[in-house]
Amino acid sequence: MSGHDHDHHHHHDHDHSELSETELRVRALESILTEKGYVDPTSLDLLIELYEKKIGPRNGIRVVAKAWADPAYRARLLKNATSAISELDYSGRQGEHMVVVENTPEQHNMVVCTLCSCYPHPVLGLPPVWYKSAPYRSRAVADPRGVLKDFGVSLPETTKIRVWDSTAEIRYLVLPMRPEGTEDWSEQQLAELVTRDSMIGTGLPKRPGEAA
Amino acid sequence: MDGAHDMGGVKGFGPVEPEANEPVFHEEWERRAFALTVAMSRPGGWNIDMSRFARENRPPADYLSKTYFELWLAGLETLMIERGLVTREEIEAGKMLAPAKPGVKPIAPSEVTPAIRRGGPTERTPPAPALFNVGDIVRMKDIHPVTHTRLPQYVRGRLGTIELNHGCHVFPDVNSLGKGEDPHWLYTVRFDGRELWGKEGDPTLSVSVDAWEPYLERA
Repeated sequence: MSGHDHDHHHHHDHDHSELSETELRVRALESILTEKGYVDPTSLDLLIELYEKKIGPRNGIRVVAKAWADPAYRARLLKNATSAISELDYSGRQGEHMVVVENTPEQHNMVVCTLCSCYPHPVLGLPPVWYKSAPYRSRAVADPRGVLKDFGVSLPETTKIRVWDSTAEIRYLVLPMRPEGTEDWSEQQLAELVTRDSMIGTGLPKRPGEAA
Repeated sequence: MDGAHDMGGVKGFGPVEPEANEPVFHEEWERRAFALTVAMSRPGGWNIDMSRFARENRPPADYLSKTYFELWLAGLETLMIERGLVTREEIEAGKMLAPAKPGVKPIAPSEVTPAIRRGGPTERTPPAPALFNVGDIVRMKDIHPVTHTRLPQYVRGRLGTIELNHGCHVFPDVNSLGKGEDPHWLYTVRFDGRELWGKEGDPTLSVSVDAWEPYLERA
């Protein structure tokens, strides 16, 4: 394979000539399936709305901020994540069996799906393109420090790196370390520091000065 | 199957390129292809393992040249054609040419949110006691089925330690064939980075996969 940049641009150009073709193909398919009575277009609209408006990383952010602010919740979350997450009313498709893994000064966790795109939808929404991409899926299990570098993150050489490959229906959420200097912060303030990538393990939470 | 989808450890794909402020979907057709796939699963009568196999079961060059939602679209078309829900001619012509398959009921708008919130739990009542305990050393079997499996190539034949027991779960290798759920014990098995990648591997690395009992043998 030639250089990545070359492939990227080539693929992009290629996309442009085919984009309308794919768009037409999908539209035609939706018409056929609607006409045959297999799908209701209103249900399709609702599905899209759910995943664009309701199901996203803000849900996971609430979970993490609550775990940082409430030690009893943190303990429940680490013991039975599915049940603790459902306390906040998040559940269902691609999050039926949740496990939360906790970062510590000794160990950093990172989540990947090398075989497809398994990702905890109820707490993080649909996965970003990079999570589903060949570079991430191939390298996360062999060179996670290299992957972290792509995200601008570098960890101490002695930190153990633990990568969770989601090969079954168990879905993993990383509980990042609560940033220092936030001892008297409320749950709402803490939520400002949680990022999506920090819950996948490809990023770290923001520090107090970096909060929006 | 040993296909292009099984990417763990493959070299040459280049750096990960995160996109700032990435939208959930990049194109309108991705929205519709996603929703069609989710909405057709129940009326179509296939399960998640069949969907995954429909996406991955293609020549490596084809798999690697398609974007994520192009693979979803291709998988959806395959699943529907296989079941006689639509014909290839209809897809190519872009219009209905054959009558609908009788008895196929769409998901009603009122069912959407409850169905997503319920999801599809895969844990089942154990048919037999677990063979392995947390802490046991196991070897991953060296299998190469031409059908669907969730045992990645990079761990086959490797020694790992059982770290978690998740109960009994639907077994994809059988469920993908339409031969029933065949539930088996599911474990998280952890490997030392150097067991997977050799002496040059990152000494601070450990990797786990979730593996059903039939993938494991006592070391």
